[in-house]
Amino acid sequence: MTTSPSQNLRFEFALRMGDNALILAQRLGAWCGHAPILEEDIAMANVALDLLGQTKLWLAYAAELEGEGRTADDLAFLRDGRAFRNALLVEQANGDYADTLMRQFLFDAWHLPMLEALQSSSDPRVAEIAQKSVKEAAYHLDRSTDLVIRLGDGSEESRAKMQRALDDLWAFAGELTTPDATDKALAEAGVAPDLADIARRWSAHAEQALADATLTPPKDAAVRKGGKAGLHSEGFGFLLAEMQHLQRAHPGAAW
Amino acid sequence: MTNSSSTEWPLWEVFIRGQHGLAHRHVGSLHAPDAEMAVNNARDVYTRRNEGVSIWVVKALDIVASAPGEKGPLFEPANSKVYRHPTFFDIPDEIGHM
Repeated sequence: MTTSPSQNLRFEFALRMGDNALILAQRLGAWCGHAPILEEDIAMANVALDLLGQTKLWLAYAAELEGEGRTADDLAFLRDGRAFRNALLVEQANGDYADTLMRQFLFDAWHLPMLEALQSSSDPRVAEIAQKSVKEAAYHLDRSTDLVIRLGDGSEESRAKMQRALDDLWAFAGELTTPDATDKALAEAGVAPDLADIARRWSAHAEQALADATLTPPKDAAVRKGGKAGLHSEGFGFLLAEMQHLQRAHPGAAW
Repeated sequence: MTNSSSTEWPLWEVFIRGQHGLAHRHVGSLHAPDAEMAVNNARDVYTRRNEGVSIWVVKALDIVASAPGEKGPLFEPANSKVYRHPTFFDIPDEIGHM
């Protein structure tokens, strides 16, 4: 099957959206049964499951666009690291709960405006998936913002932990809002929004919330990127090993 | 954690309304530091399967309960007063099933 350039472009985009959701869901899933309190454990698992549901929609569409007979499961469980298109932020280790919450906050603050804008994508399938996902993302952002403010503007210990998490993760946030050639072509085709608009909304939300949380982003931190081009961090191989080993060891195994 | 009773968040009782028009029903309890988080936690713990359209939370401490030891004086007098039940009316046949 021959694919048009625009089809390749949209395939790439569906992978980026799907892989962000998949890899973050995989990281969050590791908290199941280990979160600090029961209520938080369930809430975090809910977020992971929301993201996993969105993953299925994006990767099923990616597989369709590719047209080579692969399924969403094939894309999730049988691709190698270099073929994953998620931003580096979502693959960062869970660390402690402050790290996990800060990572979630920085992601959600991008995810919501992105999905809101994608509702008017020129690609009707993209618009449809965005419409289905946007309410979940709105709740995720409410929740992570609330917790970041509570813990930042909390006790001395919780504030120190949140500030350290922000210092560690801040550099990874920029990749989501920094356009590369693919993002620019997607914006030109009207498939995805201009990332500069998303960056403005991201900054407005993040700056206000961090100020309320009495946290200070590091100054002049370089943007760490590479994930969107398939260049991932060292821990990513271990994440994939855990996520994929069952399908690799027992190809086609099903429940 | 050194002393769980002093570091644990207060307990909240959760009431969910399943559909418009029905009353809120007690579904269980959870821990949260304040009312806003109690509602958030209730959403995540008790409405995962589309159980509700409205959530109430109330601090468990604020609920005043009748004392189990007084259940004799409180409830037994009603046992012997069958005339308080609406069972002494003849329902005309035309009404059918009520």
